[in-house]
Amino acid sequence: MAGRNRLPKGGRVDRSKPVSIVFNGRTLAGFAGDTVASLLIAHDIHFVGRSFKYHRPRGFLSHGSDEPNALLSVDRGPGKIDPNNRATVAEARDGLVTHSQNHWPSLEFDIGAINDVLSPVFVAGFYYKTFMWPRRFWDSVYEPKIRAAAGLGRAPDAPDADRYANRHAHCDVLVVGAGPAGLAAALAGSETGKRVFLADEQAEMGGTLLHDLTSAIDGKPAQAWVAEALAELRSRGNVTLLPRSTAFGYYNHNHIALAERLTDHLDNAPAHLPRERLWQVRAGEVVLATGAHERPLVFADNDRPGILLAESVRVFVNRYAVAPGRKVVFVTNGASAYAAALDAAAAGIDVTLVDVRPEGDCGPELAALRAKGATVLTGHTVLAAAGTRRVTGLAVAPLSPAGKIGTRKTLAADCVGMSGGWTPSVHLFSQSRGKLRFDPALDAFVPDQAVQAQRSAGAANGRYDLGEILSEGFAAGSAAAGGDASRAFTATPTPTGFSPVRVLPTDADPARVKAFIDFQNDVTAKDIHLAVREGFESVEHVKRYTTTGMATDQGKSSNMNALGLVAGILEKPLPAVGTTTFRPPYTPVTFGTLIGPSRGPLFDPARKTPVHGWAEEQGARFEDVGLWKRAWYFPRGDEDLHEAVARECAAVRQHVGIFDATTLGKIEIVGPDAAEFMNRIYVNGWLKLEPGRCRYGLMLKEDGYILDDGVVARLAVDRFHVTTTTGGAPRVLAHMEDYLQTEWPELNVFLTSTTEQFAVIAVQGPKARELIAPLVTGIDLANDAFPHMAVRTGFICGVPTRLFRVSFTGELGFEINVPADYGRAVWEAIFARGGAFGLTPYGTETMHVLRAERGFVIIGQETDGTVTPDDLGLGGMIARAKPDFVGKRSLARPDLEAPGRKQLVGILTDDPTLVLDEGAQIVADRDQPIPIHALGHVTSSYWSPACDRSIALALVEGGRERIGSEIFVTTPSSFTKATVTAPAFFDAAGERVHA
Amino acid sequence: MLETVNRVTRATALAATASAGTPEIAPLPDAARFALRLRPALASEMGAVAGFPLDLAINSASSGPRRSIRLGPDEWLLIGDAAEAEAIAAEIAQAFGERFHALVEISHRNVGIAVRGAHAADVLNAGCPLDLAAAAFPTGFATRTLLGKAEIVLIREDDAPTYRVECWRSFAPYVHGFLLEAARDFDGAQT
Amino acid sequence: MLLIPCPYCGDRPEIEFRGGGEAHIARPSDPQTIDDQAWAEFLFYRTNPKGLMAERWNHAHGCQRWFNALRDTVSDRILESYKMGEKPIGGGRA
Repeated sequence: MAGRNRLPKGGRVDRSKPVSIVFNGRTLAGFAGDTVASLLIAHDIHFVGRSFKYHRPRGFLSHGSDEPNALLSVDRGPGKIDPNNRATVAEARDGLVTHSQNHWPSLEFDIGAINDVLSPVFVAGFYYKTFMWPRRFWDSVYEPKIRAAAGLGRAPDAPDADRYANRHAHCDVLVVGAGPAGLAAALAGSETGKRVFLADEQAEMGGTLLHDLTSAIDGKPAQAWVAEALAELRSRGNVTLLPRSTAFGYYNHNHIALAERLTDHLDNAPAHLPRERLWQVRAGEVVLATGAHERPLVFADNDRPGILLAESVRVFVNRYAVAPGRKVVFVTNGASAYAAALDAAAAGIDVTLVDVRPEGDCGPELAALRAKGATVLTGHTVLAAAGTRRVTGLAVAPLSPAGKIGTRKTLAADCVGMSGGWTPSVHLFSQSRGKLRFDPALDAFVPDQAVQAQRSAGAANGRYDLGEILSEGFAAGSAAAGGDASRAFTATPTPTGFSPVRVLPTDADPARVKAFIDFQNDVTAKDIHLAVREGFESVEHVKRYTTTGMATDQGKSSNMNALGLVAGILEKPLPAVGTTTFRPPYTPVTFGTLIGPSRGPLFDPARKTPVHGWAEEQGARFEDVGLWKRAWYFPRGDEDLHEAVARECAAVRQHVGIFDATTLGKIEIVGPDAAEFMNRIYVNGWLKLEPGRCRYGLMLKEDGYILDDGVVARLAVDRFHVTTTTGGAPRVLAHMEDYLQTEWPELNVFLTSTTEQFAVIAVQGPKARELIAPLVTGIDLANDAFPHMAVRTGFICGVPTRLFRVSFTGELGFEINVPADYGRAVWEAIFARGGAFGLTPYGTETMHVLRAERGFVIIGQETDGTVTPDDLGLGGMIARAKPDFVGKRSLARPDLEAPGRKQLVGILTDDPTLVLDEGAQIVADRDQPIPIHALGHVTSSYWSPACDRSIALALVEGGRERIGSEIFVTTPSSFTKATVTAPAFFDAAGERVHA
Repeated sequence: MLETVNRVTRATALAATASAGTPEIAPLPDAARFALRLRPALASEMGAVAGFPLDLAINSASSGPRRSIRLGPDEWLLIGDAAEAEAIAAEIAQAFGERFHALVEISHRNVGIAVRGAHAADVLNAGCPLDLAAAAFPTGFATRTLLGKAEIVLIREDDAPTYRVECWRSFAPYVHGFLLEAARDFDGAQT
Repeated sequence: MLLIPCPYCGDRPEIEFRGGGEAHIARPSDPQTIDDQAWAEFLFYRTNPKGLMAERWNHAHGCQRWFNALRDTVSDRILESYKMGEKPIGGGRA
């Protein structure tokens, strides 16, 4: 039941807790503590997927997060289908449903495998070379076919049903990696009470010690030492242990992002727990104890299922108690694989070891293995692997000291463990912008100069002896916590002999074999050769041309072999070739984790006014203006937008309308120098504006272009109530604060945002005064006592109000400011009186039409950051006598004074029923040769109920001089003829506001 | 002195229902609030105004019925009883006289939410990037900062711990919703 | 994400700040008297150095004060920050 390759004893799996998972429809039994990979191996399943490009059968290469091949789709139910899970990382739990990927119709029979036969087509850079002709195939054949064939796994198509969380956290010392170096660092770092985080990507902490059955530390078996270290750390209140947490990104100033997996491994996940949590950790000091990755060896068909890394064979045997094969051949160029072979032999597996090194270069590990009765062939090379869906043997041959290849023979095998040496995992160090140094003895890049408050320790730092790893980790942890403690550990010596070999010598025609460098991206040694031959000599170019080390591999298994191969071909030393840049994320991170809670209603704040609920109840349609939700129009019955807007416009012009203007930005400007400050910020003059009066203000950026506009009321000599556009509110306040703090700190004035203190109810139309009069107290509303562009304070419905007599519609109008919490009640009180007056609520669309009929501009619609006051015909507002204001000098720049600038005009189409498209281009003559010179564009365009025809505003070169002349405007299919007019279509004299 | 014609009722941005879980997340009652701005030298000279301390360190809050929170070198957020808004404004105006200051009422601009009990800091840290450990953010500490995509003022009121979150009115549903969502992580937690 | 030392609030995460570009570019006291070239240099020309740079920051979601900071544009290390109107001491932070 537990699988024929389950070893009878040992391992860290919990044999008392059986679990079963489903793989491609087969239910398979295992134990808690298994990964999906170990569980499948227990059932002798190695062939678990097809490769990216050639669709070759693939199995497990490694036992951890560097696995490039064994990517499975995990199905946890609707909305919970997750592709590209590494089987070596995914924890087995009861009921887990998994599928292999990248094949059709089935794993065993795959149409795409034809790519393997057609591989001459898929050489390095094939997508730059093929699919070029015929051109008509680009859209119809190549693109859809390539899209369908490319990519790993299948993206889920349902919304992600899981919850994801985010947590900002701070610590004094963050230790990444809980192997021997990380554990020692955490122990040392936490001795003095500093806050220490210890994060590890695996479910269980201990790293390599979890599968080390032979080493002892301070007289204790390695695993007992781990248990004691973890117990000690758990007992310390200043230590936070984060298992299943991958540090995937190392950003500026020790800001490290970790992805914590909380529920995928649970049989019954509690509903309240997020699936994953993003930790954004700010660490005082970081210790990188991220270990090292074993390198594959490069030989023909080194990708066959059953060919694993040597250390991974050891992990499966020792930690998971499964035999990856019954007849295992190890191939190596160093000592570490002997430990794997010894452990495999101890587990009863038939072991043979092939060492590329000549007998004399091998260390004491050779005698130790031979002593166990295993066959060791030194000075041999591997020519090729046999088998397709599972390795069946290795063709090996003796190698003379001169490099001559002798007679080949085939070693039968159902599993191969290969070791090409070790590559320190410097990904995070490199992400932190640390500089790497090439160590020729290790044949690897190791951390050199750190740029941030950080240190590397253990295998990540190129240290492979267990005792040295522990001592270095301990010292690093102590130093990170500000101490200088050191401790010597007594540990079993680690054999570390090693002779760099990248591509194993062969007598085969290299152009005819596939010896893989990058398993995930299907890059072979041949591809690297081709790329270099074609002139791609920079490693960064080779990487992109061949795709080696891209995607999730990020160079984990492939990097050193690719670099070494390029260096060899170019006959340069490896450091001269350099290395590619490691980028986040270290391993793939789900979108859910990156997004966290920012989805649905929490994606963005939805800002709603106090009147929003009322408008909703009235059936209003809303539009987004920045983060605000604004009532767009209020349809009655089955009215569409145009019908509703026509009715709302007519009501305002003939009776009275009510409009929610709460979103307008408001700034209170207070102080004895308030008027002087206003004078410097706005183009207008403010010193003479009397308290109680309002003025339309216009402000520029320093470059002379319009920044914002709005009505400003002077409440007192030293107090202004400024309004801004809805979208411009934060920008305008920031602009004002910048000048106040950095240019004019001597001015005695302060600025406070009051945007949300007030609800603003606009009541506009001929009957506005009559409507509100009975509700208002303490203010004389008579026309002469309270003229247009005046402000009064008093009460409405018993609550204090700042009552503005202003109009953005061209009608008699008031804007009633009341403290926000009273907004809805006051609105409803006004509305309750409205029946007799034909009161109609209107939305932003009607507001836009009404103001366009009067020719009032909207910042951001008539302006685009290149428009001056004069361009809009507002040059007269500029108080030119003022010595200075922001943007004044720029208005005298030659370009801003040049003739022919685009100016605001009206456009009336010859066909009065045609409403132009906003953004439509304007030309003088539709029959000009192409390219036709565009004179400008339509900025606003509506059906005008008041004019009973279409109207438009436009910015047109030399526009004011063209008034009365004909122009042409683009339509979706052609041009239409129109006449340039003044930019006002209704009550051009502006008399109605004074009613 | 509110007029009595058609006296209307106040409708706040959040329903005043506290959450049941831990930490407790509770919208706070209406309050009188003012933004007070003045030069630091005058603040030192005055020491306090209308019962609001002014000589606080930047990023600290006073306690008591009239609380001031110093948000910057020249900025104080004053929080008092909702019924006292007019009285506070008058007292402050009188205390300063002609001395340069800017007082702006913002009672309705802000909404207050209490976050109280075990894991309160963890819940806030779902969206607040600051170090909320007691050593870095002790009781009496207060600052403007961020919670997710909303700006907030965060005040640590006591060692329960209780935090007071102040945000602008239209951001209150987002801030409240964000806190409730973050607190779900601890629905099953032992307290 | 940078950790920026606000002179008023201490170290705060970058997300609380708004950048304001190169510092110490004084607005001409009487812009109307300077020629187009000088005005254009004030408006548009920046040094964009590789290495140490004085730049303006606003603690927008904090104390809302503008200040200056010396940042190494290569390493992103921030050597010091100082209030508006002050000069950098140049020695870096302890």
